[in-house]
Formats: sequence, C-alpha cells, structure tokens
Amino acid sequence: MENRHAALGLSDQDVVAMYEKMLLTRLLDERAWVLNRLGKVNFLVSAQGHEAAQVGAAWALRPGVDWALPYYRDLGVALTLGSTARDYVLSLFAKAEDPYSGGRQMPSHWSSPPLKMFTGSSPVATQLPQATGVAYGIKLRGDDAVVYVSFGEGSASAGDAHEAMNFAGVHRLPVIFFCQNNRYAISVPQEKQMAVENVADRAAGYGFPGVVVDGMDPLAVYGAMKEAVARARRGEGPTLIEAKVYRYTPHSSDDDDRTYRARDEVEQWRERDGLPRWRDYLMGLGLLTEEADAALRQRLLAEVDAAVAYAEAAPDPEPEDLTRHVYAE
Amino acid sequence: MATKTLLEAIREALAEEMRRDDRVFVLGEDVGKRGGVFRVTQGLIEEFGPHRVLDTPLAESLIVGVAIGAAAYGLLPVAEIQFADFIHPAMDQIINEAAKIRYRSNGRWSCPIVIRAPYGGGVHGALYHSQSVEALFYHVPGLKIVAPATPYDAKGLLKAAIRDPDPVLFFEHKKAYRSIRGEVPDEEYVLPIGKADIKRPGQDLTVITYGYNVHLCLEAAERLAREEGIEAEVIDLRTLLPIDRETIVASAKKTGRVMISHEDTKTGGIGAEIAAIVAEEALFYLDAPIVRVAPPDVHPMPFNPKLEAVFMPSVEQQYAAMRDLARY
Repeated sequence: MENRHAALGLSDQDVVAMYEKMLLTRLLDERAWVLNRLGKVNFLVSAQGHEAAQVGAAWALRPGVDWALPYYRDLGVALTLGSTARDYVLSLFAKAEDPYSGGRQMPSHWSSPPLKMFTGSSPVATQLPQATGVAYGIKLRGDDAVVYVSFGEGSASAGDAHEAMNFAGVHRLPVIFFCQNNRYAISVPQEKQMAVENVADRAAGYGFPGVVVDGMDPLAVYGAMKEAVARARRGEGPTLIEAKVYRYTPHSSDDDDRTYRARDEVEQWRERDGLPRWRDYLMGLGLLTEEADAALRQRLLAEVDAAVAYAEAAPDPEPEDLTRHVYAE
Repeated sequence: MATKTLLEAIREALAEEMRRDDRVFVLGEDVGKRGGVFRVTQGLIEEFGPHRVLDTPLAESLIVGVAIGAAAYGLLPVAEIQFADFIHPAMDQIINEAAKIRYRSNGRWSCPIVIRAPYGGGVHGALYHSQSVEALFYHVPGLKIVAPATPYDAKGLLKAAIRDPDPVLFFEHKKAYRSIRGEVPDEEYVLPIGKADIKRPGQDLTVITYGYNVHLCLEAAERLAREEGIEAEVIDLRTLLPIDRETIVASAKKTGRVMISHEDTKTGGIGAEIAAIVAEEALFYLDAPIVRVAPPDVHPMPFNPKLEAVFMPSVEQQYAAMRDLARY
C-alpha cells in the first residue's frame, strides 16, 4: 500500500482521525434509522455514502475561523467541524437543548455561531447566495477566512445556484462551492436533471475552476479542497468541486428508493463505499489493526448510546418557547 | 431645519448611517455610478467607494441572499430592489430565509438587513413599475415593514431600520419621491419603528392610511373641515408590521367612525387586518360600519393614462368616503 496522505501534508494521526469521523457519521446515521423505525424520532435525512466526501472536505477548513453553510445531508461536515454526537441526536429528538434550532427544525439543519456554521433551511440552494454574502463580507473586511457551501446535484438546477456562482466569479470571492453529486434528487436521476455529465463543467461559465473528484475517496476530496482553500485565501476566487458519491439509503426516512432504482445498482455502488476502502487503506499502511478498529467501533457506539440516552431523557421545549425569537428580545 | 424631498431625506439617511458605521453598505442594481434609477444613492459611490456601494448582477434573489450572508458576517447591508414589482424572485430569500433566521436558530443567529424598494403608481409605470407589494409580506412573522409618507419620517425611520436587529422592508412611494417636500431637522434623530403618527387630530371620524395616500387624505380632511365643519383624525401608520394597534384602537374608540385608505388593492390588503383589529377591540364603540377605500381587485395598473387615473386613489374619492362616513 502506497502512502498517499503524506504528500498532502496529512499526518498518520490525521488520517486515523478522519476515519473516526467517517465511522461516527455512519454509526450515527444508522442509529437514526433505527430510532425512526422504532417510532422514537419522526424524521431523518441520510448521509450514508457521503462520509468520505464530507469528512475530506471539512478537514481542509479551520473550524471556528472558516465559514460553513452546509446542506442537510452534511452530518460528516458538522461532526468534523466540532458538532458532537449528542448535538445531532438532540436534533433528532427535537429537544430544547438541540443546539441547531432548539427543536424547531427537522434534524440535520445545522447551526452554530462559534463554529461559524450558518443556519440553513430546507428549500434547496438558498444557502449559495448567502455563502457569497459571507464571502463578500470577508473580502470587504480584508479577512483571510474562506467559505464552504455544499449542495446536491439537484440543487445545481436552482436559480440561486447560478446567481451565486456568477456573483462569486465576478468578485473572485473566497468561497468553495462543494457539490455532492449522489446521482439522485430524491427520485429524479441525474440525466433528467441536466444534460451534462459533470456539474463542475459549469464553473467555466462563471470564470473559475471546476474540479471533479471521487467523493468516495477522502484524500481526493481533501486534496481538491486544500487547493481550493489556498486559491481562495490567495484572493484568486472561487472553486466548484464536484464530489461523485452515492446515497445508499432512501433520501429520507419518508422515502422509499425501491420505487425508483434497482437493488443491484445500489449493491454495485456498495463495492465502492468509501468507509471500508479507507479502513483498508489504513490497515494496509499499518495505521489501523482489526483490534484497534473493533475498539474504536465500541467506543463510538458507546458515544452514540450515551447521546441517545441523554437526548431521549432531555426535556422538550416549554410551550411558551413557541413564541420566542420571532424578533429580537 | 431645511425643506427636502422624500428622496433627498432617504439619501441623507443612507449617507449619514454609512458615515456613522462602516458596517453599513448598500447593494443593488444600478446603485453605483448611476446612483440608482431614481437617484436615491447618487453620490454614495464617490464618497464610500464601489465596495460599499455595490452594483450587483441583475438577480434579486442573489441581492437579498448576499445581504443575509453579509449580515451573518457582521455587516449591516441595505439592499435595494429597483422596483417593488421585481421583488418576487427574492420571496424565498425574504420569507423562508431572512424572516426565519432568528426563529429557526432559536435566537442564535439574526438577520439585520434592510430591503428598500420603490413602490406605488401614478407615474405611468404600468403593470410592472406600479405595484404595492406590502400585503404579500404582511403575513410573515419575523419581518418588519415600514412605509413612510413624509421626508421627516422617511429619514428617521430608515435610520431606525438600519439599526434594527431584524429584517426590515422599507417601501418608498415613487410618486412621493420628488413631489413630497417637508422639513427635515439638521440634527441627528431616529424615529421608532412600530409607532403610528397622528398627522391630523380630529374627533368626528378616524382615517387610517399610509404612504402617498396620507397626503390625499390630509387634503380631503382639510376640505371636509372647511366645507362641512367635520374634523377627521388622520393616522399615518408609518410602520405596517408590527402595526400600532394602540393608536388605531384609541382613535376608533374616540371617533366611533373608521375609514381605512390604501393604494394597494382591497382584498387581503392591510386594510382587512386593520378592520379586524377594530372589530375585535372597538366594535361597540362604532357608530357606523368600517369603510375601506381601496382600488378594485385588478392588476395595478394600466399604462393608459385614463385607466391609470381610474385605478389611482384621488382626493375626491377620499373626500366623498369621509363625508359619507361622517353622515352615516
């Protein structure tokens, strides 16, 4: 096994820590499905298949300095930037302590002022113009932060995506447009979404580089992100990165993907799953053993168990919370 | 104290706020070298430079989205939508984003932006340069809506809007821009958002209005006093959301006769809400049914000058409605 991470400036510790975030993302997502099917949580939107892309991308950011406008599938980004298992599970249970919204939003609508993770909504692509606004603020102030904004390939069809990329190109803003192309916008396949093979091809029309990477490979994603971040910090403007991924689960707990895609297609993509591939990479380099992996899994599962126990017992919001925070208090 | 047009008062408020606080910047279509199609931002690019007087691409959703993001970063953006008629592409950014940011983050984020938009007709603007859009936003919690009628109010309220911690829609009546003049103090002042102003006190009937119609109603009220000895109280709402219930209800109880007048069309207009407030809180003080004076439910407004004139509220129309209400 060839060491591919050293050349990117990643230490052995880094790449093991990346595995931990990817695995935690997967385990939390799997637990969310169980909690939903048990009738304990009302909704979830799944990240399975996106872990390598998300952790690889967020690894290139400085948490609390660089800004993130993640979309609702970005569990791995939120965790890598500093959100915890408990934060996420509190949002699943919509409890008062849910740090993203106090139980007001569906799960996975990330928000954290200290982590510079801006609150998002459910209508897609609305975060892209906002990301360019943050980036414009950075430029106006002469700061060196960069902005990460993510979206699916379906969102790339929305007018807001075009408007934002065009504006970012005009002003060479320090923003990275990170498209996680999982081939389906709920049920609509990519070929009904666009006439081109790559969303990234559109970057040329906005006057900045577009890069396609294997989103199942955290190093490919990290490498592209690292370069994009450096470009942005040098004042050279935006980059559009398209990470090719696959969503192993239905879009959400209320979706049934058997109605629109064949099982063997899903199984074929399973073979390319970034998580076991990354595990193999670490083991091949002697950075992870079967025993260490089992111990890590145990530790993370205990963390998930503790988060669930805590969130389940946590208090709901009070009835009077309903009318708070409509305006400044 | 100097006499200024509504437009000059707004421009002054912008310039003074930009001098006072370097977090304030304006953005929109043609706001830079051209100084805005109405010239509201004229001179700002020379004083503050192109980065704080930002000519944006022609994309309204972007304009509001950029304002939201810049506000999150700590700036105080004043976005201009060139005509209120063009605000609809930004509806999602305004209603689903700006208005909800504080609520959906449980108070952890805020959205201190101002969206200025010229609205209203009577300027040969036809279907897409004449609209009144305030009612479309009136239903949305989290927004504030200001629609001043005089230069004094416009300046003091725009300053308040820029300093407000929540998103404010600031509607400027196009016909009033240069036709309405008034005294504006030289010294600094800020007016409170959410407070109506009794522009003319009276005890015989209450007229509740805003925007350009304030001037029509004041003229009609003077004539009514002269010719009929009837004294109408004219309330200029100034802020539509949050609406000043207290002033409305107190006046309705005092006069027992309520007329509501606006340039926006009747069904689902702001007047419907005011009528409901009066019905809920002052019904048994009323001596006559509530009257709404508003254009018919058609698209404002045809380019043909005669049809435009039929659509537009007039002093005569206000006068007749006030007189009939007083006689009821």
